[in-house]
Amino acid sequence: MANVLVNAPKTAAKGETVEIKALILHPMETGFRTGTNGRIIPRNIIERFSATWNGAEIFRMDLSPAIAANPFVSFFATASESGTIALRWTGDEGFVAEHQVAITVT
Amino acid sequence: MTRLGVGASLVSVFAATLALAQTTTPTTAPLPPDDPRHSGYRDMGAELRRMQDDDTANPAMLFVQSGQALWQQKAGAAGKSCADCHQEVAQSMKGVAARYPALPPGADQPVDLEGRINLCRTERQKAPAFAPESPELLGLAAYVALQSRGQPIAPPDDPALAPFRSVGEAIYRDRQGQLNLSCSSCHDDNAGKRLAGAPIPQGHPTGYPIYRLEWQTLGSLKRRLRNCLVGMRAEGWDWDDPQYVALELYLMARARGMAMDAPAVRP
Repeated sequence: MANVLVNAPKTAAKGETVEIKALILHPMETGFRTGTNGRIIPRNIIERFSATWNGAEIFRMDLSPAIAANPFVSFFATASESGTIALRWTGDEGFVAEHQVAITVT
Repeated sequence: MTRLGVGASLVSVFAATLALAQTTTPTTAPLPPDDPRHSGYRDMGAELRRMQDDDTANPAMLFVQSGQALWQQKAGAAGKSCADCHQEVAQSMKGVAARYPALPPGADQPVDLEGRINLCRTERQKAPAFAPESPELLGLAAYVALQSRGQPIAPPDDPALAPFRSVGEAIYRDRQGQLNLSCSSCHDDNAGKRLAGAPIPQGHPTGYPIYRLEWQTLGSLKRRLRNCLVGMRAEGWDWDDPQYVALELYLMARARGMAMDAPAVRP
């Protein structure tokens, strides 16, 4: 189970710009470091982060090995309708994490 | 703005607590306004302070979440969880991190918070001890330390601790390593100045375990002390060396009355 912290407003006025902040526990191992046995530690990063609002994509980003461990992402969206914001992280070694927050737009 | 998220309201509550602590009026034992001591929090830039103040931006809170899950989880041959003995963490663990290291009943050696957690593991839960700096141990330590936020550091007045504390003070004051430095050379004589561009803090352990950006993870006070030993080109001690606990005892006495801000973010 992935460890995620999301900070998004629970309510917003229609047309308002809201900020959504997401933090996830992940080592973001670059694939360039060697372990104590001298061998390369295999790359293990989050490759993609995406967010949907009631199923429609509102934000997407590709992550690179240069991004530090436990990546923090902040982005903005315009509140149009009440519903669910779903966040999804996917990466190496079959990593998948999902988190949903509900928002009421008035 | 109508930002009413649970996270956001938690954050503002914490920000208020912290602001209170920083203006030298903590709840129980106020520091006099002319007290020259301050937490490393004040030596950080505004961005890092904001990162620490926001519980959804402070990466240490990810480890707190893991610690919270472990607190409830039964472990070992005894089949007990932390919660089975200690119940509600907010009451039972309030101020605990602010008074460790301490002497466990009947023991002849003091233990720090991580050591105490491992004692509970081996003696009460009959489970294997966590490895030093393991995410499980740090997570539990962070979860326990969080309950002391804003509490003044209050080392026990147990006279049996005094000899260990004076060993710690000797370690703090004695020069060691190829650079011939003592802890005191930096953290007393040159605190507030810069070492190769980085501000030298006063070295008060108010926020441990800390999320250190350089480590990209949570780390204990022991790890920080090892880091300092390496920096002064002294010989590092093994993780179970009692010198760490002695030094931690002295550092906590030196920071007596200062408000805890664990789990902190540091550069």
